[in-house]
Amino acid sequence: MRAVCLYFQVHQPLRLRTYRFFEIGAYHNYYDDYQNRFILRRIAEKCYLPMNKLLLDIFKEYGSAFKVSFSISGIALEQFRMYAPEVLKSFQKLAKTGNVEFLAETYSHSLSSLISKTEFMAQVNTHRDMIRQYFNQEPVTFRNTELIYSDGIGEMVGEMGFKTVLTEGAKHILGWKSPNFMYVNAINPKIKVLLRNYQLSDDIAFRFSNRGWHDWPLTAEKYVDWLNQADPKQEVLNLFMDYETFGEHQWAETGIFEFMRSLPARVFSHSDFSFHTPAELAEKIQPVSAIHVPDPISWADEERDVTAWLGNDLQDDAYDNLYSMEEMVRKSADPEILKDWRFIQSSDHFYYMCTKWFSDGDVHQYFNPYGSPYEAYINFMNVLSDFRLRLERGTRPGEAPAFRDIASEKKAVREKPVRKITAKTKITKAKKVKTTPTSEPKPKKRRRPLP
Amino acid sequence: MKILMFGWEFPPHIAGGLGTACFGLTKGLAKHQVDIRFVVPKAYGDENQEAVRLVNASDVTVNMKDSVYKEYWKRIEYMEIGSNIIPYVSPDEFSRILSQQELTKISEDSRVFSNQYEFSGAYGRNLLEEVSRYALVASALATSRDFDLIHAHDWLTYPAGIAAKYVSGKPLVIHVHATEFDRSGENVNQQVYDIERKGMEEADKIIAVSNLTRNTVIEKYGIPEDKVVTVHNAVEPTEKKNINGTSHVPEKIVTFLGRITYQKGPDYFIEAARLILEKDSNVRFVMAGSGDLLEKMIRRTAQLRMGHKFHFTGFLRGADVDRMLAMSDVFVMPSVSEPFGIVPLEAMRSNVPVVISKQSGVSEVLQHALKVDFWDIHGMADAIYGFLHYAGAQKMFNRYGKDEVESLKWEYSGLKVKEVYQQMLR
Repeated sequence: MRAVCLYFQVHQPLRLRTYRFFEIGAYHNYYDDYQNRFILRRIAEKCYLPMNKLLLDIFKEYGSAFKVSFSISGIALEQFRMYAPEVLKSFQKLAKTGNVEFLAETYSHSLSSLISKTEFMAQVNTHRDMIRQYFNQEPVTFRNTELIYSDGIGEMVGEMGFKTVLTEGAKHILGWKSPNFMYVNAINPKIKVLLRNYQLSDDIAFRFSNRGWHDWPLTAEKYVDWLNQADPKQEVLNLFMDYETFGEHQWAETGIFEFMRSLPARVFSHSDFSFHTPAELAEKIQPVSAIHVPDPISWADEERDVTAWLGNDLQDDAYDNLYSMEEMVRKSADPEILKDWRFIQSSDHFYYMCTKWFSDGDVHQYFNPYGSPYEAYINFMNVLSDFRLRLERGTRPGEAPAFRDIASEKKAVREKPVRKITAKTKITKAKKVKTTPTSEPKPKKRRRPLP
Repeated sequence: MKILMFGWEFPPHIAGGLGTACFGLTKGLAKHQVDIRFVVPKAYGDENQEAVRLVNASDVTVNMKDSVYKEYWKRIEYMEIGSNIIPYVSPDEFSRILSQQELTKISEDSRVFSNQYEFSGAYGRNLLEEVSRYALVASALATSRDFDLIHAHDWLTYPAGIAAKYVSGKPLVIHVHATEFDRSGENVNQQVYDIERKGMEEADKIIAVSNLTRNTVIEKYGIPEDKVVTVHNAVEPTEKKNINGTSHVPEKIVTFLGRITYQKGPDYFIEAARLILEKDSNVRFVMAGSGDLLEKMIRRTAQLRMGHKFHFTGFLRGADVDRMLAMSDVFVMPSVSEPFGIVPLEAMRSNVPVVISKQSGVSEVLQHALKVDFWDIHGMADAIYGFLHYAGAQKMFNRYGKDEVESLKWEYSGLKVKEVYQQMLR
């Protein structure tokens, strides 16, 4: 059997608004609701809705011969619910055809798998519940944020009952091996691993509209010829890509929709490939060997590692700060706190702090709301500082509720210069002495020494 | 390759960044085997002459009796066409007549011209008149010195450049470090604007210190795009100096250093300081420099009752600048309009993180700096606060900031300028 496995990643971050340091302690709304809604609506119109309809049409024509799989991050699902319920409905429609597999991932498209097993598992469970609730499916396949994977991550996923994991067919882990086979996790051989064929995937996802590419324009005929060129012994071609490829990264004008519309027919008529979901593949094909991935890999950048999100001082400081609060967040048991903590864990916030695009990588600037990694970092740290303050106030027993604290603090700030004037105009030494000690400890309280 | 270069100031006698930039550039050019004869209106005698042979315009004795000047006077006939310069540079009726009288007198009375021209060497009341006199001397120089190309820096020397071009027939490059729009906003001095425009029109090639300035030249002076090239300024490498950068106050120090004028946006710095002090009393602000807005700025800080956290140092130079920068925790350049802006590079060289306005040419070449719009006091305050409080930004900057600056070498800028010369001499 020879299979094509189509998998699409659907994710939109909750972008942070410009959050200034003087708002720390005073305002706790962190998100740019306007931008988030605007961008989501735009992508819904350009990509999600037309592409979902196209898939539905294909299913109508070919029934269960055509299969695709999705992972939709929890944060994307939340945003569909808030800003574009019709998108959620159209995905539910796709689910009802029975030809779509929904994969599990971390709720907030986070990097938790690299630092906290507890948080990772909690997020995956939350996401799994959402898939059950919205699509009435029991996820059996897992794919981590941006296909981040290592032997350890695979093992954790196995512990949670998943049978298959998707990741990148990175050259440096494959060596001479081909990505077009089923592999297993190096620690737990029960966990199957599917590897992305980045050549064939990126032909669609990145190169499709590139007129400088010698194979432009790409047609279904040409593409199926390429599929046929794969060694007949190879069993599965994994085409994994962003769902936004269709209509957003590659505009409708490039002919991307027509390409996808004609692809299945061409595959059926001119090749012996069939479409399958990862869950089906796990049942149907035999793994050839274990794949060793001691260090985390991903599908990002040339390096195919996690340096798009972690590794520079900005990213590492923000990341360490964020996860140093894990215990406090759990203790607080405050749903609002937990919600915000999850939202700000999105890997996107760290992606914006990446300095690799100083030299290359326009991909990083795509959708990037910040002018520079420093800006992204400072904004994130402002939000995080407020979050920490809320956490500390909330968890310290016997302290006044957060909102009252803020009110009195704001007052203190406003009153400070006024008090100074009176002290000066009266020039009574006694008063001066009095005012300084009362006004000084307060700012000290407000200021928090940072590690 | 020999270049006749006209400037207005040279270290250590500087009123602004022009002198520093000229010094760096001549050094950079010298590295690429370009000989420069640098002309300034008045040399004090203690200028750093390692890179250029400084010709003091005041030292040029124009002697009618010299036979060479017979030839010169033939050319000055030609220059009489160029005496169009004089109404351009000196629209003031009196001085125009005066200059013309001198010119006519010269042909009659040799004593007038065997005197040395005295220049005050600083921006003064008779600036426009001096500019035209400088141009006159330039034409004298242009006949007496052997060179391939003329290079003039900023409007004060454009007439000199034009005069030298007329006399010698050699190509003219003008170097735009600032335009009248940077100095005066939209209230431009028409006379200065006219000189600038004339210079740009007469020039064979224009070098702008940033894309920002290049756009101004193209848009506001109507110069064709292909005539204007950008060569970014650079910064001198660090000399091993023993700078005592110890601060004697417990607070962090945030510094503004520059002329206190409209162009530099000092008021935005004060408003950003106010926002920070409302939240964080552990900071002191320093405004170093002088200028026509100084008193207004002092009044504003007093009005905000932040005098105890906000300090004015007056004009600093040399070692004091280095010390001030070394003491700083963050350097801010909130310029409303800054063709380039070399001070942030000096700050970064001293390992001080910088917050700069997007309306500055230097923001085009820096990655490891925070850039904000000059009017965005909230953004500016936030950037300063970020550098003061968040370890990641400091670490990141410490790791890469200095390297970034040190990769901006005058040597490279010099090479680009040399390429411009070569193109023109081809």
